[in-house]
Amino acid sequence: MQTDATLSFSIKKNNLIIFLSGNFVQYENEKALHSLWSKIRTTPPQQIFFHTEELKTWDSSLFFFFYKLIQQAQKQSIQVNLSGLPSGLQRLLGLAFTVERKAPRPLSNSLDFISRIGETVLMIIDSVQKGSAFLKEVVISFGRAIAGITVMRKVDFWFALDDCGPKALGIVSLISFMIGLILAFVGAIQLKTFGAQIYVASLVAIGMTRIMGAIMVGVIMAGRTGASYAATIGTMQVNEELDALKTMGIPASDFLILPRIMALVLIMPLLTMWADIMGIIGGATVGVLMLDLSIQEYWNYSVRAFTLKNFLVGIFHGLVFGCVIALCGCYYGLTAARNANGVGVATTKAVVSAIVWMIVMTGLITWFFGVIGI
Amino acid sequence: MNNNPQIKAKDLTVGYNHFILLNKISFNINNHDIFIIMGASGGGKSSLLRVLTGLQEPLSGQVLINNIDFTLASSAQKEALMQKCGVLYQSGALFSSMTLAENIALPLEQYTDYSKKTIRDMVSLKLALVGLKGFEDFYPSEISGGMKKRAGLARALALDPQIVYFDEPSAGLDPVSSKLLDDLIIDINQCLGTTIVIVTHELSSIFNIGTNSIFLDVETKTISARGNPKDLLKNPPNKNVYNFLTRGGISHA
Repeated sequence: MQTDATLSFSIKKNNLIIFLSGNFVQYENEKALHSLWSKIRTTPPQQIFFHTEELKTWDSSLFFFFYKLIQQAQKQSIQVNLSGLPSGLQRLLGLAFTVERKAPRPLSNSLDFISRIGETVLMIIDSVQKGSAFLKEVVISFGRAIAGITVMRKVDFWFALDDCGPKALGIVSLISFMIGLILAFVGAIQLKTFGAQIYVASLVAIGMTRIMGAIMVGVIMAGRTGASYAATIGTMQVNEELDALKTMGIPASDFLILPRIMALVLIMPLLTMWADIMGIIGGATVGVLMLDLSIQEYWNYSVRAFTLKNFLVGIFHGLVFGCVIALCGCYYGLTAARNANGVGVATTKAVVSAIVWMIVMTGLITWFFGVIGI
Repeated sequence: MNNNPQIKAKDLTVGYNHFILLNKISFNINNHDIFIIMGASGGGKSSLLRVLTGLQEPLSGQVLINNIDFTLASSAQKEALMQKCGVLYQSGALFSSMTLAENIALPLEQYTDYSKKTIRDMVSLKLALVGLKGFEDFYPSEISGGMKKRAGLARALALDPQIVYFDEPSAGLDPVSSKLLDDLIIDINQCLGTTIVIVTHELSSIFNIGTNSIFLDVETKTISARGNPKDLLKNPPNKNVYNFLTRGGISHA
């Protein structure tokens, strides 16, 4: 920016006198500043004085200039006499140099490679310990519930049940219908080339009931209900509600976690069943509209492919997924940091870890059922 | 006035991991005191309160409540001690999904054998005590900040505790509501004989209600003054205490 600012200096009796005149607004004169710095560095004066009688207006750029000048002077043990500066500028500089600054914290990335590995291992051990303690708490809470001495309020259970059941029905129906539609569509392209399009009905019926229904409901509920659990409990952490529970001696596992886990474990198999039905309807839509199959024909082949074993395997998946989603949501909510970002991080972790654990559990269940021949 | 120490802190070191906020501090809180924990921001006041209420383990040292070591107590002993203490958090910490009546009824349902009707009556009484009669069916989101604090206090008083801890009770309140809360604290202390422990840096509250206090020094990480706040104002033992009690040199009184 163009200003009429003039900065000049002279040496008198080993003292540096700086003259400022004009308007120092958004002042940036590299040349003048450079010659001033080099003068101070090469022949350090005993003291620095200022003459600002002709200084008109100034802003932060001049304040910053003086701030840097004083820092430089302090390094070289040069005294700076501020009395010639406007009083406002003197007060600002006084404030800037009286604020005590603590030494910055050592940054974690300054650790060497071995230390970082050690830190990661310690972090993993800590997570495993916390996770185990949380699971232990939940198991004890279930024990208390069975013994009839829990503090869980029925109203909280019904509220959780309503939230993860009827209110989730719409999105579960839509997604499951679409998945059935996609399964049938992908299958139809291949099967049509062999004239075997009628087996689309079998493909959809087996696919949805055995695993796809449960997985899709799991993913939806992890994103919807698991995230909601983490956010709700995380916000309670921020609002000191969890502290209040602790100081009242009421276990959070009884009061907050138990109703949520029970509701989701109960509702997930039912939602899986509903998703199976909606997926089959989605498949039938493709069968009837694209492959010219009759509804009766599609229904007969679906019934023929349907087995109780596949259906129960799907339901079992749903039950396990319900448990995983509720545990992840509640755990990350309880361990959320006490700030807005902490709630966001907890929500993300709850969803991601629920999906990861669902896949791990699917692998384990599939392996186990394979071993016992189901 | 009974001067038996109800709470004793012995060589208490408070901090997080290797970061020490308070180093080996010791103090006593007497029965029926209105005890103020004051000091500059970042001095460890709230962390000390978390240690006193059992929410955080001290790095070393002991907290004795009625001569029972809170830090080493079994979970049953801790539960019994917790029932003798109430806490009013800065935000009120009311459960947002519950009405005021349900919030206050919760500890009564948990720890007493009162019938539902008695609990309902007790809740009304506690709400009336804090000036919230008729607000039983309101949710926390439907009342003002000052009312939330009073409702939080009603919940803290539900089990007739011997000690009530307050974390920044005046924070976020207008001067009139703040004064009303101060008056309420004095009434509870005088009428119920409850020991009150307050973490605050609100000078008007400190001078109006405090009968005893400690000043936590952020530089030395120790207690640099103790005694009645008004006496400390008259004879400040050091510059930090003087600056704090006079808003940096501008006398409050």
